[in-house]
Amino acid sequence: MNIEHIITELEKKDPEVYDRMSSRRSAISGIASIGGKLALAAIPLALGSLFKKAYGQSTGNIVGVLQYALTLEYLEAEFYTMGAAAPGLVPAGPPTGAIATIRDHENAHVALLKTTISALGATPVAKPTFDFSAGNGSGNGPFKGVFTNYPLFLAVAQTFEDTGVRAYKGQAGELISNNDVLTAALKIHSVEARHAAHIRYMRRNLTSNTGLKPWITGNDTGGIGAAVQASYNGEETSTQAGINIVNINGLGISMNAATEAFDEPLSKDAVLAIVDPFIV
Amino acid sequence: MAEKLIVPQEQEGRAMLSSKGQQRRQFLSLFAGTAAAATLMHACSNNDDPTPNNGINLGGGDIGILNYAYALEQLEAAFYIRVAQTFFTGATATEQQFLTEIRDHEIAHREFFRNALGGKAIPSLEVDFSKIDFNSRASVLGTAKAFEDLGVAAYNGAGKLITDGNYLLLAGKIVSVEARHAAMIRDLLSNGSFADNTAVDANGLDMALPPGEVLKVAGGFLKSKIDASNLPTS
Repeated sequence: MNIEHIITELEKKDPEVYDRMSSRRSAISGIASIGGKLALAAIPLALGSLFKKAYGQSTGNIVGVLQYALTLEYLEAEFYTMGAAAPGLVPAGPPTGAIATIRDHENAHVALLKTTISALGATPVAKPTFDFSAGNGSGNGPFKGVFTNYPLFLAVAQTFEDTGVRAYKGQAGELISNNDVLTAALKIHSVEARHAAHIRYMRRNLTSNTGLKPWITGNDTGGIGAAVQASYNGEETSTQAGINIVNINGLGISMNAATEAFDEPLSKDAVLAIVDPFIV
Repeated sequence: MAEKLIVPQEQEGRAMLSSKGQQRRQFLSLFAGTAAAATLMHACSNNDDPTPNNGINLGGGDIGILNYAYALEQLEAAFYIRVAQTFFTGATATEQQFLTEIRDHEIAHREFFRNALGGKAIPSLEVDFSKIDFNSRASVLGTAKAFEDLGVAAYNGAGKLITDGNYLLLAGKIVSVEARHAAMIRDLLSNGSFADNTAVDANGLDMALPPGEVLKVAGGFLKSKIDASNLPTS
């Protein structure tokens, strides 16, 4: 990446860019000092932040979204790290490989978000203490035994992934002013969706339930039940931007297909209520 | 001629935040799909605009991005419709179920964009599937994998080009379903490859591609020529 080139290009479009940044020199040295401290991957994010500051918009909301995302990624990363390490939980072969792949991605997301939050001048939130039984620290919640009961482990994994997809989607609009952070969040969002699809496929193969699919049908929990219903409520939406998708233009699109074809967002409040029992 | 009318107006209102080309694009996008747009595009063509007859013009601004998505969904839907007409030799019940459902999702996406764009929608595209052997599992699933990964990268790359949060959310609702498709097709080809290092990098990030890169690949499956020259670039 050529930082000088970026500034020069910016100057062509905005002759007042240096007024906004106080001076070209301070802008460049500011970026250079960021670069020295950061993993390469985070530099575009930090650059985005610098330009955002220069254009007088607060990064406060963006940091808030990233802290929220970090909390969810801590949850997922620790869940898979513990699951992969639990003796006799995940069968050898493809399941072990898949859980390791997902674990590594979630840990990478944690690292990337921490680096990015630091680059934006904030302190990453600390990792909470988790209770994966969803018992608020009692260890006695509805998912007790999640690290000894493989079907239960996959059920909780599915819920985390499907919820994660909805959580990121719900924040996209908050990031629209920062192209680099938005793009990074979108790239995480689609990886969570890939995970969700695979976990659902693993559950299908485990249970021989052909109604369990890589995509979400209606607000169906995939046989998990009421304990996770909140993660699926709203997915039954079949109207998008005022357009009814069922049998759209006479093409025989079923209600199931109409709901599967679009994943729905969840608000931050809804997601925090869902994960609250997992946090001590 | 049109520029003389447009540029001074824009300069008055805002302090040169965008290039002349961007200003013109924003202006034209107000008229996208109308006869006025066609006239204006023609009026500008002796300046720095690309020559007309370069193909089907997606338009500019958010409408251009929606047309870009509509073009990709047309391609995907046409592919799966053909796949499900006569499945490849030896297709399992699971494969038939998934490919049929994916077909319906892509039709839903296509028709959604068609209706949402209304009079601003590009025409139906002509596809060219001569490179695909629809009797061959490897050819069909290999092409499906390429299309789904490309779709994910396309939406991820287009997100930052969208200015309206409602459109961004709609793109987000679709891209995660494309990612689910991509993962499933990959698992059918090789179980466990749903998010391997050909799709996801060491930072756990999926791919994102700009429209130009995406259309280079998609164009290999289209008879219709696409003109993306008015799409936003940032």
